[in-house]
Amino acid sequence: MVDRISTETAYGNALVRYGENREVVVLDADLACCNHTDLFKEKYPERFFNIGIAESNMVGIAAGIATTGKIVFAHSFAMFVAGRAFEQIRNSVAYPGLNVKIVGTHAGFSVEKDGATHQCLEDIGIMRTIPNMKIIYPADAIETEEAVKAMLIEQGPAYLRLERIPLNLINNRPDYRFKIGQGSIIANGNDLTILTNGLMIPAVLEVYEKLLKDNIKARIINMHTVKPIDKNIIIRSAQETGAVITVENHNIIGGLGSAVAEVLSENCAVPFKRIGVNDCFGKSGKFADLIKKYNLTAKEIIDQIKGVLAKKKR
Amino acid sequence: MEKNKQKKFKILAEELRLMALQTVNYADSGHLGGSLSVIDILTDLYFNEMNIKTDNPRWEERDRLVLSKGHCTPALYSVLAKRGFFPVEELKNFRTISSFLSGHAEMNLVPGVDMSTGSLGQGLSAAVGMAIAGKIDQKDYTVYAILGDGEVQEGQVWEAAMAAANYQLDNLIVFIDNNNLQIDGELKEVMSPYPINDKFKAFGWEIRQIDGHNFEEIESAVLAAQGLQGKPVLILARTVKGKGVSFMENNAYWHGKVPDQEQFKKAVNEINQRIKLLGVE
Repeated sequence: MVDRISTETAYGNALVRYGENREVVVLDADLACCNHTDLFKEKYPERFFNIGIAESNMVGIAAGIATTGKIVFAHSFAMFVAGRAFEQIRNSVAYPGLNVKIVGTHAGFSVEKDGATHQCLEDIGIMRTIPNMKIIYPADAIETEEAVKAMLIEQGPAYLRLERIPLNLINNRPDYRFKIGQGSIIANGNDLTILTNGLMIPAVLEVYEKLLKDNIKARIINMHTVKPIDKNIIIRSAQETGAVITVENHNIIGGLGSAVAEVLSENCAVPFKRIGVNDCFGKSGKFADLIKKYNLTAKEIIDQIKGVLAKKKR
Repeated sequence: MEKNKQKKFKILAEELRLMALQTVNYADSGHLGGSLSVIDILTDLYFNEMNIKTDNPRWEERDRLVLSKGHCTPALYSVLAKRGFFPVEELKNFRTISSFLSGHAEMNLVPGVDMSTGSLGQGLSAAVGMAIAGKIDQKDYTVYAILGDGEVQEGQVWEAAMAAANYQLDNLIVFIDNNNLQIDGELKEVMSPYPINDKFKAFGWEIRQIDGHNFEEIESAVLAAQGLQGKPVLILARTVKGKGVSFMENNAYWHGKVPDQEQFKKAVNEINQRIKLLGVE
């Protein structure tokens, strides 16, 4: 496996590998090349259907196919599937509990220069409000493959959030296990907890290294499942470290930060800060420039962390 | 369709109209206008066309029906109960908290319902999906869908229409219950979808136009549709909203209104009168 690979590219490969299961049907909405579902199409053309630029219809067709017992993966950019087809996902898929996996790609700032119209910073918030919906957001190629495997086994609707930017492997370690709904500890400190996911993990790992120099040991947890949220790991880490930060490639409203805030405020309130896109639209630019503009670089995350730690000491 | 069979179906449909009326009367809630316009089509499909097993509602080889105008459950549930999917008695509990008979069609709760519907515009896509699945598995079941005429104002219907023709879904037969009324009034007063037939034709569909209250026409349209290859078929059925209850006919007011007890009795009397006449014919 190549070291730097986007979760989308990894997904395309995984879909081919696990797509030999004859129950798998793949739908795309004229983005097969970008979503890498063209690899599945090449191998299993009889189980691939391009629905054209019609995401609502794609989701409805997915639901209809799933009523016959098949496992349907339906794809588009996060913006157009979670955004445009919200109500079809809610009423045609989630309400009847059909076995449809919605795959939202190019999520958040990972779509970079396409700009605000394509940068979906709301999808997790939208999907999180739908009963029966699971939300999985892998951090690297290894986790993407595990997520596909797990979704094939787990009956019912799920939303898979993928990104376009190549990432280093972070889960290439022998003790790595993936389970839907269980956060994965990347670094085990006790001074504060940083809950994060997806392509913000590299920045958070940089934060971790820099904090170490100041003798601060952070606990870093990869929240690859946003729903169902791993309450136990959040509460335990809050109790053990006394401060919690979330960092995400998403609006701070509705995403991981909100999910964690809900758990903390009802169970174990500690000094807490949500870091993400601060309830605004993005703009065109390279990812590195976007995280600078929207205050998501390691340096700025550390500034925020210091503020939270100061509260903890009081 | 021979005369005796026609008569049998006319009587059956009148009985089902009574059941739909009673169902709404029990619940003090529900949609009668569209139920009465679509009930003859439903009667023909469930009693004359569809290959189904009431003791095994999820039988894989079965024909399927998506009632995309999912609010017309007084008709659908009456038909399913009469057909034997669940006890007729349950209709008394329609739309109550402890019943499985909810306001809109639900596939997981109601035996015989193939797709959950209620949000207009979504059913045709699901039917297209079922037809695609039939093609993948090389099964020879037929998928039926019934849409309201106002419903085709939803853009998703046309996305689905495009996909059905593109994938040459000749295992898909779609009815439009063309009663010419929607909640806010006549179709052309709200937002004209006409000409519906030409639009579907331009999308690559085979079109049939029938009287949706004439069993002979419904049967022969379905028969012709079943024999057609390479294309989905649209049966545009001219119907009357509130059909069979004089004061409800062609009146948008009765889309979702419940008759009071006096009106209910009047409606029941009218239908019983017709059943009596059909019996002595």
